[in-house]
Amino acid sequence: MSAITVPISETPRAWTLPYRGKVGMACLIIAESAIFTIFVVAYLFYLGKSLTGPTPREVLETPIFFTACLLSSSLTIHFASKLLERGNRGAFLGLWFLTIVLGGLFLFGTGQEWNRLIYERGLTISTNLFGTTYYSLVGLHAFHVTAGLLMLAIVLIFGLVGRVGREQSARVQVLSMYWHFVDVVWIVVFTVVYVLGR
Amino acid sequence: MSSDIMAIHTAEITADRPWLETLHEWVTTVDHKRLGILYLLYALFFLVVAGSEAMIMRAQLMYPHNNFVSPQVFNRMFTMHGTTMVFFVGIPVLFGFANYLVPLMIGTRDMAFPRLNAFSFWLTAFGGFLLYFSFLGGSGLYGAGNAPDVGWWAYAPLTSRAFSPGHSTDYWTIALLVSGFGSIGTAINIIATILCMRCPGMKLSRMPLLVWMNLVMSGMVLIAITPLSAAQIMLCVDRYLGGHFFDTQAGGSAALWMHFFWIFGHPEVYILIIPAFAFMSEIIPVFSRKPIFGYPVMVAATVCIGFVSMSVWAHHMFSIGMSSYTNTFFTLTTLAVGIPTGIKIFNWLGTMWGGKIILKTPMLFCIAFLFQFLIAGLTGIMLGSAAFNWQLTGSYFVVAHFHYTLVGGLLFAVFAAFYHWYPKITGRMLNERLGKLHFWLFFIGFHLTFDLMHIPGLLGMPRRIYTYEPGRGWDALNFLVTIGAFIQSIATLMFVANLIISYFRGAKAGSDPWDAWTLEWSVSSPPPAYNFASIPTVASRRPLWDLKHPEDPDSRYE
Amino acid sequence: MHKTDWPAIISRVAGVLVLLVGVLLAAGLCVASPHDNPVPSIFEPRSTNAESLYHLSNFVLAITGVIFVVVCGLLAYVTVKFRNRATDVAREPAQVYGSTQIELAWTVIPILIVVVLFLSTARVIHAVQDGAKPAKAVAVTAIGHQFWWEFRYPELGIVTANELHIPVSTPTYLKLLSADTDHSFWIPQLAGKTDLIPNRINEMWMDPNQVGIYLGQCAQYCGTQHAKMLLRVSVESPEDFAAWVHAQKQPAIQDEKEAAGRRVFESTSCVNCHAVGGTNGTGRFGPDLTHLMSRRTIAAGAAENTSENLRLWIQNPDAIKPGSLMPAMKLSDQELDALTRYLETLR
Repeated sequence: MSAITVPISETPRAWTLPYRGKVGMACLIIAESAIFTIFVVAYLFYLGKSLTGPTPREVLETPIFFTACLLSSSLTIHFASKLLERGNRGAFLGLWFLTIVLGGLFLFGTGQEWNRLIYERGLTISTNLFGTTYYSLVGLHAFHVTAGLLMLAIVLIFGLVGRVGREQSARVQVLSMYWHFVDVVWIVVFTVVYVLGR
Repeated sequence: MSSDIMAIHTAEITADRPWLETLHEWVTTVDHKRLGILYLLYALFFLVVAGSEAMIMRAQLMYPHNNFVSPQVFNRMFTMHGTTMVFFVGIPVLFGFANYLVPLMIGTRDMAFPRLNAFSFWLTAFGGFLLYFSFLGGSGLYGAGNAPDVGWWAYAPLTSRAFSPGHSTDYWTIALLVSGFGSIGTAINIIATILCMRCPGMKLSRMPLLVWMNLVMSGMVLIAITPLSAAQIMLCVDRYLGGHFFDTQAGGSAALWMHFFWIFGHPEVYILIIPAFAFMSEIIPVFSRKPIFGYPVMVAATVCIGFVSMSVWAHHMFSIGMSSYTNTFFTLTTLAVGIPTGIKIFNWLGTMWGGKIILKTPMLFCIAFLFQFLIAGLTGIMLGSAAFNWQLTGSYFVVAHFHYTLVGGLLFAVFAAFYHWYPKITGRMLNERLGKLHFWLFFIGFHLTFDLMHIPGLLGMPRRIYTYEPGRGWDALNFLVTIGAFIQSIATLMFVANLIISYFRGAKAGSDPWDAWTLEWSVSSPPPAYNFASIPTVASRRPLWDLKHPEDPDSRYE
Repeated sequence: MHKTDWPAIISRVAGVLVLLVGVLLAAGLCVASPHDNPVPSIFEPRSTNAESLYHLSNFVLAITGVIFVVVCGLLAYVTVKFRNRATDVAREPAQVYGSTQIELAWTVIPILIVVVLFLSTARVIHAVQDGAKPAKAVAVTAIGHQFWWEFRYPELGIVTANELHIPVSTPTYLKLLSADTDHSFWIPQLAGKTDLIPNRINEMWMDPNQVGIYLGQCAQYCGTQHAKMLLRVSVESPEDFAAWVHAQKQPAIQDEKEAAGRRVFESTSCVNCHAVGGTNGTGRFGPDLTHLMSRRTIAAGAAENTSENLRLWIQNPDAIKPGSLMPAMKLSDQELDALTRYLETLR
């Protein structure tokens, strides 16, 4: 006998398993969380251990406005995907665009802060332990924001040419999971760097 | 019947097909079976390469004050041997089997993300290529063109620019960073496949143990490989952007690298051994003619190992001067993780008990695995006791221990898996005579090398030394260890020969040569591209047992 | 007719031979000579510290030995008893899925074993690491370098390299530091190993109970010549130790016959790395040479301290220890001879 055919018996009840896009993204988020955890641990470990140079208290300014931008972009993306589920393409695109703008503002804010720190306060990645851990942690997060914005922009372009509709809403939700993750990471980084670290 | 039709059909298609087209097909494939085979071939190639690196080391250590290779070359050899074996043999061979078997065992047509699957494979492949390019490309400490020589753990500050100028360390860092991302991709794929694509009726409690164990292993990959990636990014920041993560001159901590590395490194060895447990859990029942003893406990023990193994990492650091409380804590967790591991050995023995054991090659490797993994676990207990560890760590005792787990455990299990599933993958049986010869020769060589290797460690011989002083009681032992290594090389080459010869001349296997019970044996050998003509429905853990024994199906009992 | 049972005889003889080899091997492992300890075995402890580790290891070995015999016995029994024989009826055996009682038993017993092992280990960890430091201890600061050991006795004002002298019975407390990468101090017969890590201070102690020479070497990969970063500990009677200390405290011998050699030392780059009391050499990168000739070996044990080796080491270190950080000094033959003769006066 070369192949045993396993008979198709009646499926007793509905056999539904989770959507693989969401499971895949959840796994990616778990993996990325582990990376961020290590950078946070390094940051916390080295607090107060720099031998020279500016301390956090001396040079950091809490970026309230830009944090608010990023966190509200979580709201806008949430509502955008809800609207897409209902088929409201126009409103979806509007809120999606707003999300990108808010994320972009956050990146601008980070760039502005780094510019001030480097040129006015003399803090670079090689200045001292604080510099190394600060730029690495915030930079890693900014990199993930950038990657997210790129993906959001691609979806925006697809949306503008009419390719994003109700059928794509599951995939859009997967992307918004990533965006929420980026925001949660910022809450942690913000707390560690600007609240605990000073 | 259908496999004969498939064979003719395939022949019609492949006759007179230019080899370039076949190559293109393989390079661009997203089929899990082909990617599985690519992973396996890749791992076999690097097994021979890393094995040769080991032979060079053993030749150098045959006599004290030997001059076979310079210290610089020797140090590159042990670095490359360790790095290659862990990242370019161990992980690929296990992902290869997982890729091939998981979709078949859960009754689906492919992995959840076929293109991610291919991308992950090629990332890993590129990583290996990059690492070996270092022999030609990098300009390390001693001249033009050489490989990393910082040990596979790459401890700081040895890896800083000050102590490792040039690029040899960067080859290590970036090759592993890239292949690490490949591993994460495959892990995501395996988890999504298992959770989202099982055939109807296959509840989690009905999955084959191989599937469960690959699920746990993939979950561990997500949170264990990433700390290494993070540490490697930090090392790049130090080496290229002037960072101070591990710069002790700027107040940085050498121990921090150790913590980050071993938070990866310890779970990594469980990542390597859990799929070996998976092979045992599939092969031993079939060759004992009984179901696995205690399926729920086997699942629970595996999940338990997954969690507890994340808490033992500092047993690799018992000698660095941590406090007595820290040392005591990690002793406790290390001894504790031995409990679920030991339980599994008992469950396998329980499976064999009262069975009808068929001593074919796959089962021989399984029995040897049980014997050797027991010993490895016991030397692990010795190493887990911090105070005893202060004498054993950093010596050849540790080298013997981890080779016992990785060669005596993992490699024996991998050999068993090859003999067991080669018929399914190629449609032909491996030669049984040659298989038994491979087994006995390798078994003898393995024990000659790694049993004796414990002793120099107990007599004070540290590891990672290119030569040693005569008259310390290490001389004869090192000589015999080398002989054993030589025997193992011959046995391995015999195995590779068997793989090749049997591909062309092996007996036709049919779909179910071992009279087994999981879904992969219900399709032809090799399976068609689409795996199943129609997606099956299952009602128990052993769907084929139910079909073959309709008067006494498993579904009645569990 | 009596038929000689050759198989039985041969197996019996083989058994005796194996036993004999085992005994000889074991005997070989037990070093007989009282002063020289050429085999640094962890089973030949010569200090309180090492002895407590030794007792613990015997205990662990005994327990794991029992586990091994039991489980191996089971494996052998199962493999033989339940082998499929050709004469067997072609029917599947009873399909047993598990047994809660048995599984409970073989979970509880390992847990108990783990508890016992853990408690006995914890006791030894605390005894070694948390014991109070006795008032009368010899204080040594060991600094690891690529690829040699610096030993300072801060309370005695001595600096030496690679060969450690300590008194018997009195504990010696070592502070462990590193000047570059990670190293590890390991003399198996005197203590478990402790690492030397840059930017970190580690401590360990040993109280040897027998006079003699004890061997060890660096046990943490530190670079190219990790293999030849050897250790030599000379445990001495209180009188011999006092004599050694006295000799080390003396200023460097100024032998006028070798003034030429001293001039070579002082006017080349030797002084950048090496210190000799009474000269302008105050370098700390390499070993202190003030009492070089009081040491049996050079290059951290890589070679015997002889005239030829000393000369060769200065001229071409790679011949003795390729990859060490000692540069080839490129001196003329005349300068080299003078320098070597000068160094040989530094007793």
